[in-house]
Amino acid sequence: MSRILIVGAGPAGIRAAERLVEAGLHPVIVDEGARAGGQIYRRPPAGFTRTAAQLYGSEAAKATALHSRFDAMLTAGQVTCHARSSVIALSAGVAHVTGPEGAQQIGFDKLILATGAMDRLAPVPGWQSAGVYSLGAAQIALKSQGVALGARMVLAGSGPLLTLVASQLIRAGAQVAAVLDTAPLADQLAGGVGMALARPWVTLRGALMRAHLRRVYHAAVRLTGIESDANGPTAVCWVDRAGRARSTPCDAVALGWHLRAETHLSDLAGVSMRWDPQFHQWLPQADDYGRAAKDVYLAGDGLRILGADGAELAGKLAATACLQDLGRPAPDVAQDLRRLRRMQRFAKALQRAFPWPADMLRSLPDDAILCRCEGISAGDLRDALPLAGADANRGKALSRVGMGRCQGRYCQLAGAEVLAAKAGVRVAQVGRLRSQPPVRPAPISAYVSDTRKDGAE
Amino acid sequence: MTGRIVRLAETARPEVRFTFDGAALTGLAGDTVLTAILQARGDLRPSEFGPERRAGFCLMGACQDCWIWQEQGPRLRACSTPLEAGMALLSEAPGHWPAGTAP
Repeated sequence: MSRILIVGAGPAGIRAAERLVEAGLHPVIVDEGARAGGQIYRRPPAGFTRTAAQLYGSEAAKATALHSRFDAMLTAGQVTCHARSSVIALSAGVAHVTGPEGAQQIGFDKLILATGAMDRLAPVPGWQSAGVYSLGAAQIALKSQGVALGARMVLAGSGPLLTLVASQLIRAGAQVAAVLDTAPLADQLAGGVGMALARPWVTLRGALMRAHLRRVYHAAVRLTGIESDANGPTAVCWVDRAGRARSTPCDAVALGWHLRAETHLSDLAGVSMRWDPQFHQWLPQADDYGRAAKDVYLAGDGLRILGADGAELAGKLAATACLQDLGRPAPDVAQDLRRLRRMQRFAKALQRAFPWPADMLRSLPDDAILCRCEGISAGDLRDALPLAGADANRGKALSRVGMGRCQGRYCQLAGAEVLAAKAGVRVAQVGRLRSQPPVRPAPISAYVSDTRKDGAE
Repeated sequence: MTGRIVRLAETARPEVRFTFDGAALTGLAGDTVLTAILQARGDLRPSEFGPERRAGFCLMGACQDCWIWQEQGPRLRACSTPLEAGMALLSEAPGHWPAGTAP
């Protein structure tokens, strides 16, 4: 039987597994979560009591359906799942995995990468302070732990998650002092029309959620800095639409501008990457089904950032492509492809409505920390330009921006923007950081064989 | 400072005792190590590269900001490790690591 490995058990990975199981195959799944569901449908630990409606709101039925489908496949022995495990490297036909079972190698004939996405971050001066988080972190803390990350929070950035997280926190009883959106109103209106044409109900739901935020929400904001003392953030400083300098006291901040595809494994698998000006990031290239390289298929937000509904469709399509390429009967997917295109229209309009704050980054002060991991400033990167040229990888080698423990996940887009501005070139010309294995920390203990039994360590 | 995190729900869980930098603390069953420490403290560890402290950032295993130490040696990622009774957690490396650098 063909060995099919799926990386990631979010909406895309679960639907891909389901389609393969329906075709009589037994996929192996590696997932970093303790329980399958991914980030947006993340499940709390056992023993928690909030209902699906409390956790997932309008999406409760979808979340429950995915969770129970996965659990049923697992219980029936139709899939093998390595939970709390990471694929840290790929070599020909072999995935290198670490997890509670230690280090292991899993061979495969076909690989489906459903690695999802993370927050797309733009540095704000002072963001290195303890108590500044990503927007996704604020949502994960609430959903999977039932906590707010501060007693008085400011949420800042742009995109659908900004409104969603604010609304979820307020409903749960957290104090949200301000929701600061960098998107200009004209962009929001222009993008909003396209969003409403593609998915009217989803757009209306978002608009209503936004309306409920009332005076806490501010559009067309310019973020100027996060003030801190030894205990963490004390205020977010910003300039409002009318050009007035404002300051909102707080003890925690959550930042995010949409999502950024997690592409380290697809890069290592040999998939070509292309600068996408609409999504403002490097994205893998694949056909409509997700075929991306020989025996490599991509699905979900790691390929196209369409959100959970799009990820479910993409998971089915990638598995279908897999079945076709194995010469097995595969279901007709014409309708799924049409729905996927509608979601793409919606996602592109969304990007137009809530743009990446390029101007804010290009004028980032020299002393602002750009790389959170190692405390490297925007000025340090600019100083590297004469020797590095406008090249992301040489800039990394000379300044260490992107070399820290997040491996450039949170600083590389901003770094490219800063280099491009200083060099006077377009951001795509700066290029992207090459992915390097291991793509997650690899504990040395997992690789050291415990053969000495003489008491020495 | 007191705790950073505010509990909003799921508070009727059994208590779990652990230590952090030698101080006896109490979390709840189902807490991550990060949640349990930050409900009593403002941060997890010092930064190796600047004057500020660190308290985690992404909470989804992508940023590697929240790695802390245990008295018996192995490090752990606080956002993705469930709290267990009796854990002896440290914000910095134990004094004897790396070997030869301290008593």
